[in-house]
Order: sequence, then C-alpha cells, then structure tokens
Amino acid sequence: MQEQVYSLCFMCSVRCPIKVTVDNGQVQFIQGNSHVPGIGDSICPRGVAGISLVNDTQRVQSPMIRSGPRGSGQWRQVSWHEAYDYIADKLKQITDAYGGRSVLLGERTQLSTHVSKTFLRAIGSPNHFTHDALCKGSLNTACRSLLGYTDGQIGMDYANTKHLVLYGRNIFESIQVKPVRQFSEAMEKGARLTYIDPRVTVTATKAHRYWMIRPGTDLALNYALMHVIINESLYDGDYVDKWVSGFDALCGFVKPYTPDWAEGETGIPAAEIVDFARELASQKPHVIFHCGYRCASHENEIYFRRSIFILNALMGSIETPGGMFFKKGPAEAGGKPVRKLTDQDLPKPSDIRFDKVGTPDFPTPDPNHGVAQMMPQAILNEDPYPLKALFAYRFDPLSSIPDTNYTRQALDALDLIVSIDINYSEIAWYSDVILPESTYLERMDSPQQANGPKPQIFLRQQAVSPRYDTRPGPVILQQLAERMGLGEYFPYTTMEELVDWQLAPTGFERADFKEKGFVAYTDQKLLWDRKTGIKFKTPSGKIELVSSLLEEAGYPSFPAYQSMSRPENGADFRLVVGRCAQHTHISTQNNLYLNELVPHNSLWINAARAEELGIKDNDTVEVASENASGRIQARVTEMIHPDCVFMLHGFGHEVPRAERSYQKGVSDSLLMRNVTDMIGGSPALHETIVSVRNAGEKP
Amino acid sequence: MSKFFLFQDQKKCIGCMACVVACKSRQGLPRGPHPCLVVTVGPQWVGEQPRTAFTFMPCFHCENPWCVAACPTGAMHQRSEDGIVTVDPDLCVGCKTCISACPWGAPQWNPETGKAVKCDLCHDRIEAGLKPACVTVCPTQCLYFGTPDEIPEVRRERYAKARAQEN
Repeated sequence: MQEQVYSLCFMCSVRCPIKVTVDNGQVQFIQGNSHVPGIGDSICPRGVAGISLVNDTQRVQSPMIRSGPRGSGQWRQVSWHEAYDYIADKLKQITDAYGGRSVLLGERTQLSTHVSKTFLRAIGSPNHFTHDALCKGSLNTACRSLLGYTDGQIGMDYANTKHLVLYGRNIFESIQVKPVRQFSEAMEKGARLTYIDPRVTVTATKAHRYWMIRPGTDLALNYALMHVIINESLYDGDYVDKWVSGFDALCGFVKPYTPDWAEGETGIPAAEIVDFARELASQKPHVIFHCGYRCASHENEIYFRRSIFILNALMGSIETPGGMFFKKGPAEAGGKPVRKLTDQDLPKPSDIRFDKVGTPDFPTPDPNHGVAQMMPQAILNEDPYPLKALFAYRFDPLSSIPDTNYTRQALDALDLIVSIDINYSEIAWYSDVILPESTYLERMDSPQQANGPKPQIFLRQQAVSPRYDTRPGPVILQQLAERMGLGEYFPYTTMEELVDWQLAPTGFERADFKEKGFVAYTDQKLLWDRKTGIKFKTPSGKIELVSSLLEEAGYPSFPAYQSMSRPENGADFRLVVGRCAQHTHISTQNNLYLNELVPHNSLWINAARAEELGIKDNDTVEVASENASGRIQARVTEMIHPDCVFMLHGFGHEVPRAERSYQKGVSDSLLMRNVTDMIGGSPALHETIVSVRNAGEKP
Repeated sequence: MSKFFLFQDQKKCIGCMACVVACKSRQGLPRGPHPCLVVTVGPQWVGEQPRTAFTFMPCFHCENPWCVAACPTGAMHQRSEDGIVTVDPDLCVGCKTCISACPWGAPQWNPETGKAVKCDLCHDRIEAGLKPACVTVCPTQCLYFGTPDEIPEVRRERYAKARAQEN
C-alpha cells in the first residue's frame, strides 16, 4: 500500500520540508513538500539520497560496547538494557568523584536539542555545546553585537532581492533548497549576483561579478566599500539617521581605507570596487550582503562578520523586502510557541562552562551554543576543572574540531565516551559505547518551531519503522535518565507523548500535521515598518556600530586593519576548505549514492604555482602542516588564487566498517591548527599554512 | 521520436546531481549505472568570467534507436504509443550489445542484475500524472518535461525574460 508522509529532511542541518512516498513499509521516493511555498517538489541530491541512508547496511545496527582498546574496532553487540547499565554505572563513578560538571555533551544542533540540554541539567553539568560555534560562532556574536539578535533570528528575502553579495557563501553548492530555488527565480527576473572567493565555485560560475580575492582579505574589501559609500554619500541617509548609532565613529574609521589601498590588499582593482559600491547604491535597499557562512575564517573573523552587517545597515536593507528580515515568533501572531523540556523548572548548574564562555576570560560568544573547539585543551589542561565523560550526539569532534591528533589525545584522557549516532563516524568508532539512533525517516521528532515572516510549526513525522535495533534520540536520553534515577524531567516514554506535551500550549495537535506536514499561526506576512517599527534588541534600540556588547567586554568596535600574511616559502600555501553539493560536512561520505558521485577530495592548486613545484594534474601530492600530513590527488587549475590550496571538508575517514569512505582523501581537520577567534568564538579555519610537494619525488 | 521531451535550461542548472540521484533511487540502482548523466565542462574562463557548463544527458529516445536495432532478444524496444525506449528485464540477457550500439551512453550496465538499464522517462510516473523523477526534484527547476510542441513556448518565455532583463 502506497502512502505519502510529510516530514523534514535531516541529511544536513537545514531541515527542508519533504514528502516521502512509502510503499509497503519501504521508502520509495523523497521529494520536496510542495505545500510549503517556495519549495515545490525540489530537493537537493543529499535529500534524495536519504533513501540510501535508511537502507544502509553499514550503519550502526544495535547498541555496541567496546571490547578492545579505544579505536581498535573490537565490539560486543549488547542489549539496550546492558548499554544503559554500563553507562549509568560508569557515569555514577565519575560524578561521585568529580561532580556533575565533569560531564560534556556535544551535539549537532537539532530538533531535540532541548532534550539533551535537559539531560545535562539533570546531571548537574553546564557543559552542553553544539556544532554551531564551528559553523558560525563569530557570525552569531557579530549579529548580537550589532542588532541584539542571534543570526538564527535573521532571514534573507531571496525572492525579492535585486542584488545578492556572497563572500564564500557557496549558495549553489551548500544547498538550502528554498533559497536556491527562490534566488534562481529572482535571477531570471533580473537579480544580480556578486561572488567573492579565492576559489571558483559553481556559485562563482553563475555570478555576474566574480572576484578572486587574495585569501583572508575580505575585510579590507569591505572597509573600502564603506569608504566609497560614505565618501560618495551612497548610503540610505534616512535609515542611517533613524536606526544607526556610531555612524560618525565609522566615518572617521574608514577614512584611510581607500579603494586604492584595498586594491593592494585584495588584488581587486580599485575602479571595480567603486563601480560595485555605486551599483549597489542604485539598488538599495533591496540588496543583501550575505552574512554567513564560510568566507575568510580567521582570528579576527568577528570584525569581518560585523563589516557585512554594517554594509547592510548602510544600504538600509535590514527589515526590508528584498533584504534581510527578522524572523517573527508566534507571539507576533498572537500565538503560543511550542513548549520545550528546558521550559521546566530545572536545576541550575553552579559551575562555569568548560569553555569559560560567559566568564571574563571568554565573554562574548553565545553560551547557548558554547565553543566546541575549546574542548581538547579544557580536557588536557583540566582547566577550569577535570572533565571525564563525553556524550557525542551526532557530533564528531575527531573530524570537525581542527587538529585531530590533539583532539584524540584529549579523548584518551576521558573515562567515558558515549556516542549517539547513526553511522560509524570517527567518534562512534572511538567511543566506549555506541547507542544507535533511528534515522530521521524512521522516527517522529520534536516539533520545529519555525519562525519567519509567517511563523509556523513543522513536524518530522515517521515514514517507516526502524530497519535495525535503533531508537529515537529523545527516547534514548529519557531511558538513560530513567536508569540513572533522573526521570522526573522527562514527562514521556514515546515520541508521540513528547510531541503532544510540546504542542499542548499551542492549540495544535499531531493530527493537524497529517495533511501538509506543518501548521501556520497566521496567513499574513509579518513585517515591521522600516521607518518607525524595527525592534532592535541592543541596549540603544539601534544598530550599534559602536557595540555595547564588545566595548563592555573590553574589545574595540573598530580595531585597525591588520594585513593578512602571504605564505612566504615557495611551497607554502594557505589552506582553504569548503563544500560541494553532494556531501554534508563529515556525515555523508559513506552514503552509497553520494559516495559514488564524490568519493574523495582532491587538492586544488593554482596552475602556475603547480608548474613551479613540478606538479601536474592528477599527480599524488603530499600536503603537510605543522600537525600532520596526508597524500591527496592534485587538481591543477587556474580557478584558484596562487596563495592558497583548497580541499573539500570531511574526507580521510579512518573507520574500516564504513567501507565506502574508508581512507579516501585527506581530512582537513587533521592538518588544521586549533586556533580560535577569541571574540567571536569561531575556529579560525583558514589560519593553517601547508606545504605541498609532489609525492613522486622523494626528498 | 518520443512524443515527450526533456529540456534543460543550462543557465539555471547548478550541476548538483539531484536528478542523477533521484533517477537512481527511483530505479533502486546500485553503484555503477547512471541512466541520466550530467556532463560537466569547466570551470574555465569565458571572457572575464568563470563559467561551467552542465549538460544533462538522459536517453534521447531516438526515432530509429540503434540500441533497439542491435538488441538480439527484443528486450530493448520502443513503445509504439509514445516512442519511449525501454528495456524489458525479463528478456535482457546482459549481452551489452545495446551499450556498444548507443553513441550517447544511454543504456548502462547494472552489475547487480547483470542486465542493461536505462532512462525510460519514468513512464510509470507519467502514467500516474507525475513528472519524471529528475524533473520533479530539480532544485532550480532547470528541467522541463512536456510534448515537443511545448518547446517553442518554453524557449519563447526564456527569451522574453532575458530581453526584459536587458531593458
């Protein structure tokens, strides 16, 4: 019997609404949920490939307890009961000796993050963190410093924009279906695209203007743009007068940063910078300088992210059709939001966080997400206190935190590592216990409170029953909490009960989602009046160019620009990383269909530099940083700046049981240095210099 | 000639291969065969700008298909009602003659079944009133499916949009 189930994708973090065709308990086909405006039937390749995730025989199929040394691959298949007993006993020993604060839980942000937060609060630990810092920590801090909102509360009106400016935001390869579909329609209607990246991507090949910028100098470009915009009075004067504070400080600051100066830094001709500023001014306020993700990722990233928001502010494009907008919540529509477990009266942990976020040592990043890459040093230095147990919930510190060897050293110092995972990821393989989670197609999940111009609630509805002995994550955590005597904060035993509990205040019921997969609080678009009604949440109620968040923490709002160093040795390059359309970070390399399309990564190297080094296309080269080295296929091309080399993130997997991806390509995290933007919170992913040599020529 | 056509707007295509995966997933294919292919040329400089061409390559459902002519068992045949070229797995003996005969690489080898497999324009989906899998999922909607007399309409519309942009 064939049926249609409306659900939410989870092949990446975007959660696109999907329609799953199920026939006799098997997933037949996955496509977009056309009831959702702007999506139609569209879905990206990873989303379609969800069918081979659910049917994958190389998944974790039952709870496993390690029987040999860590990482040896020796496992004992156990019952859920035994796995819970093992974890609960170990955890009790640890918390008795070191307190609840010695437990860490890291996860990829997801619909049931409120459950994991509750689990940790019940144990008495403040140490919850997500992958968000690795993805966009500095973006988040920049956004809060200027607008008072997190970046998650900002949306972009792709459908109506006249000009989209992207800094390494590879929109056509890091696909979010709705923006891609909306913006490609906008382009048909005449919207312009400017793309800035040291490497040519698919997005670059679709752009009207592409700049191969010198790596790490995006900030110089932006200061020069501000210089021109202010000098020629190209900004939206009324908007700036009404909503911007600190404009005079900005005017003084950008004076020395002329287009001629920027040309020397960036390699972009000064005249083109001026032309660009004028073109944008003619299209304002319907322009978007896209604030995330990727782009120049350095220790001063916070100031680069801020510069993007400042450009938007000058164009008057914040809370404007065709610009950025603030996502409106249920309250704006007179409704009640979905309840979370964290809304309960939970014990408040008295300790500071492991990463010291929220303390004077690390005051500005968002404590709601934490800073994941601080984990290895916190464990190894027992600073601020001993950490002994890690729960890795679909979060892989070994592949996502820079400097894998250092991370592994830190993991060795832990008494307990538990993974909740679907695949044999690097961290699952290195764990003491693996608790296998059901895939997104095999489980119902916590409802998604989707804020936006029209606030909605989406529901991930179960499409098929679990193929193996797996369970939904929120049920796993509830059962484990129960076993540890902490069940009182988990008022459910099944996902249905949890969803009902969460929906109760909203007035909607599970049945309301059957037909379309979502419900809406209103059918009206909620936009604030950009002349009078924008509710910035900064202390001044304005866009704070001189930021109270930063200044109160002792950081300047406008530090002098510091030039990015060029790699000096003839074989040295700046390592730049990014994405392709067929993979999500580190999680899909072993997927049958996606692995077939992109089985390994290669090293993009500039043709002229390659010739100097005697490297030809498809040669095997050795790429080495101060931390590690690896062998990888060279892709010799004119499509990358001579100062940098590029590789896709997420390859070089070392788990034999994930056979398709085993030892294919090189892991960028292995090579990278673990350095952080200490104001914004992001890891500085482009701070690593690597040397490249032809592996055929032995020294 | 098939009474249907698949038309790709290369300007809109982003080469993401969602069509390729959708085709494989709808046919339940293992690693190896790709009944619809996307051939990528580039990126390379075209004037001052980098450009990449993505060419969508399903079966063209020829007027006189060489694969059909070459097939010794009659497994490869062209439907008289709509011109769609399909392969009957019950009759296919896996001799690969069709694969050598086709100049476009449309018939592909399925190592799991030991038989040929190809684009059949998702005739089961068409009969159910749906579009082929590749067209359905395309994120930029660069693929069009319809009858040949609709081609001029699609082209006219694209041309008008392009002109409107210039002015």
